[in-house]
Amino acid sequence: MLDTQNLDNAKSMSIIVTKGSLDWAYPPFILGTTAAAMDVEVTMFFTFYGLTLLKKDLNLKFTTLGNPAMEMPMMGMHMPMPNMMGMVPGVGAAAGKMMKNLIKKKGVASIEELREAAIESEVKMIGCQMTLDLFEYDRKDMIDEMEIGGAATYMEKALRSDINLFI
Amino acid sequence: MADQTLNAEGLNCPLPIIKAKKALKGMSAGQILEVRATDPGSVADFAAFCKQTGNELMSSSSEGDIYRFEIKRA
Repeated sequence: MLDTQNLDNAKSMSIIVTKGSLDWAYPPFILGTTAAAMDVEVTMFFTFYGLTLLKKDLNLKFTTLGNPAMEMPMMGMHMPMPNMMGMVPGVGAAAGKMMKNLIKKKGVASIEELREAAIESEVKMIGCQMTLDLFEYDRKDMIDEMEIGGAATYMEKALRSDINLFI
Repeated sequence: MADQTLNAEGLNCPLPIIKAKKALKGMSAGQILEVRATDPGSVADFAAFCKQTGNELMSSSSEGDIYRFEIKRA
């Protein structure tokens, strides 16, 4: 493993991960793992709903609500998924299942796979202590690689990072 | 002649890059990794990856739907 901290040209990136649904889990994990593959030192700070992405057992869902531009490919066409459909019982679960099938079919990595890649490439993953307390999460239910920290821990990293993202 | 070959066919972004990085890590300097991919985005991505990491992109070509990259480990 390249020790980026000893290199003058080493780059670093921090990402604040605030959302825990299937669709929102992709951007931070894709960017985090890719940056690590490009020798960037990566810190991901998981807070609020984002913290669920560090649970040992992931059961990610997604909703059509709040995704007004969403369309799903279907029989060669694109089917819009109106916000209102999210209120119909069963639609959320069906949409999540549909999305997971699509992900598999298109050779897109699963979130589990990307999280494993992040661990392997030594991405630092910090879980927000305040969120653990607030939502009464048990440290034992979270992955062992999670470090615990707060806003000051994040700031210390962010102040010397080349890229800081909030997702 | 490549020292190692990575079949990334059917995989989508960012898996070809992540798997290539993993393969390169296990190789020694000067060795060549051949990557075969079907993701059209991998053409730009492998160029960017090599530029940033200092590994040399010796060739980038395509045959039909297959993209082929030769990367020399820095």
